[in-house]
Amino acid sequence: MWTRQPRRPGLMACGVEELRRRRREREAALRKARREQQLVSKRLLREDDPEEAGGESSAAVLGEAEVQEFLRLAQRGTEEKEREKALVNLRRGLQHPETQQIFIRLEGSMRTLVGLLTSNRALLQLEAARCLHELSHSEQSVVAEACLPATSYLLTYLSGHSSDFIELCLYTLGNLIVESEVVRQQLLPQGIVSALVACIQSPHVAVLEALGYALSQLLQAKEAPEKIIPSILDSLLPQHMLRLMQPGPKLNPGVAVEFAWCLHYIICSQVNNALLITHGALSTLGLLLLDLAGAVQRTEEAGLELLACPVLRCLSNLLTDVAVEAVGGQMQLKDERILAALFILFQFFLQKQPSLLPEGLWLLNNLTASSPTLCTSLLSLDLIEPLLQLLPLSNVVSVLVLTVLCNVAEKGPAYCRQLWPGPLLPCLLNTLALSDTEVVGQSLELLQLLFLYRPEAVQAFLQQSGLQALERHQEEVQLQDRVHALQQIALRG
Amino acid sequence: MGRAPALTSAVQGQPGSCSKTPSQYKNEKVQFPGPKEPQDVPPPLRLASFPRVPEFTCQVPGCCQVFAALEDYQHHYNMLHGNACSLCSRAFPSGHLLDAHILEWHDSLFQILAERQDMYQCLIEGCPEKFKTSRDRKDHMVRFHLYPADFRFDKPKTSRGPATRGSDADLSTAALGDEGDAMEVCSEPAAAPPAPRTYIHRVPSTICFGQGASRGFKSTQKRNKHH
Repeated sequence: MWTRQPRRPGLMACGVEELRRRRREREAALRKARREQQLVSKRLLREDDPEEAGGESSAAVLGEAEVQEFLRLAQRGTEEKEREKALVNLRRGLQHPETQQIFIRLEGSMRTLVGLLTSNRALLQLEAARCLHELSHSEQSVVAEACLPATSYLLTYLSGHSSDFIELCLYTLGNLIVESEVVRQQLLPQGIVSALVACIQSPHVAVLEALGYALSQLLQAKEAPEKIIPSILDSLLPQHMLRLMQPGPKLNPGVAVEFAWCLHYIICSQVNNALLITHGALSTLGLLLLDLAGAVQRTEEAGLELLACPVLRCLSNLLTDVAVEAVGGQMQLKDERILAALFILFQFFLQKQPSLLPEGLWLLNNLTASSPTLCTSLLSLDLIEPLLQLLPLSNVVSVLVLTVLCNVAEKGPAYCRQLWPGPLLPCLLNTLALSDTEVVGQSLELLQLLFLYRPEAVQAFLQQSGLQALERHQEEVQLQDRVHALQQIALRG
Repeated sequence: MGRAPALTSAVQGQPGSCSKTPSQYKNEKVQFPGPKEPQDVPPPLRLASFPRVPEFTCQVPGCCQVFAALEDYQHHYNMLHGNACSLCSRAFPSGHLLDAHILEWHDSLFQILAERQDMYQCLIEGCPEKFKTSRDRKDHMVRFHLYPADFRFDKPKTSRGPATRGSDADLSTAALGDEGDAMEVCSEPAAAPPAPRTYIHRVPSTICFGQGASRGFKSTQKRNKHH
């Protein structure tokens, strides 16, 4: 009946998108922190009232008597506005942990709140839901657990029609899920998975983002691989998630990012990755990667680059999964455009997100490790030189580049014929001059393969002072054996 | 696992019902949005020509709630009229629960079949279990699905008419107050609400089930604050 009204009728039209964009940036920063430090984050939707225009919340901590009074007014007040106002005041007070503690210790308080949540006054319902949302944000699991009586209703409302309300319920559920295993243990039998399946068919972007959040919290629970992910894989959720990640004009980056991370958590759990392959995960992810490369080439600021990290990780992890190999999952990613896309993304990462270079190279490693076809493509697309240019960036990157080159070299003489003559040997001699053991070790591996399949390279190696380069490392315990082996080959040659 | 500090992602919006008149906004400073710190989002811009509507009532016959903002009406409509039963004016939060209600309360064929086979389906979408009686189903939902025993959208059928505020045997404590049956709308039965779905149970607006409501054209909107 209604198209979605903008939240703030008085603001400039760009305001909504601006806020969303900023929220997404904050979340990207949080995810980064999370990746690096395993932090857990909650989300808080808070609407500013005119009375709070001072910036900092001007609500004071409420005492027990005040909480009781507000609850009483909300429940039994005679004037509609009076009841709403009472709940609004309660909600503001609940921003403070002290008030939250007082509230949960008050007998009958949650019961009253749940009664208001399920009442026939839509605005009271909304305010009651906002009170619950404030409670869900507490960092104390006892407060989250006090919200247990409300969860069946929060789940029921996910199948409703009011998208703002559904969004609020989802963020509240997500916060509660983060906080307490007891809550999760209740939500599963209460049917959270089927509620999410009903809800993921909503066309509203805000609802889908909120759902992605709640789902990602569920998937990160420590008991997820045993208790949660199997039910999720049994449901229609994976298909819907992949649908929302399909590249094309209908792709919403904010939504796709949430579900890409969800997919990542599912894949990491390794519960049943083969099933994801049958749903087309590899091809969706591959196409998404191509789309990303296209977008960064056109230097679009579409927020698509936030997708890069989870997509790279999903692809890499899927390729390493033994069960996936068994169903020939590798075969689905033979398309050489994937390589071109990766190298376009490498250039982008160099400029904007250097921390993603190792992730991209890790994917390249997994792609080339067992695929002669892709190794051929790497050579025929002339990607060796761009790859070598990445060597000086860092030790981590060097090791990965050298590993990829080893993947190519070990495929045999035909491949090594393309590696030498060329810029490879001088680069190797440079890496041998470094002191990092891992980098040197990987260089030695590559040299061994090169000498094996391309003995002609030995002469060139000797002529470019290769032996001296080797001598530097012959005392190093981890490298000794390989150094000696190479010295033997070189002297024989 | 460490805990991140509380993240404030402030989404600005109008409060439930705005009681300020436009003239109070005129003198406030207009700030351009720009965060001081990452979490800061400034208060909303206040424009003098703020689109507002005069107070209006819900147009669904029988509903007398009053609104001053379109968003509030949207929420009200979705929650209370979106999935409403035309026969007894009970509202449900989802189409699924409405379907179950119509089947179990208003379908005589259901009653006949229920004598011979398990017809009461578990209310959780995705749970295939069916039961002989609504009591059995409730037991299942409480024991297996950990639902509250007084779940508001699974009241057993009582003999009283719609919207009488008599005691409902399932309301276990007075703490639930005068909310009565969940989601009751108003004392007059509703005609077919303007909802997209069509059921054979939807009643054309010209037919009255004789509950005593006057169906004349109301020239004065009585502000009924009873509910």
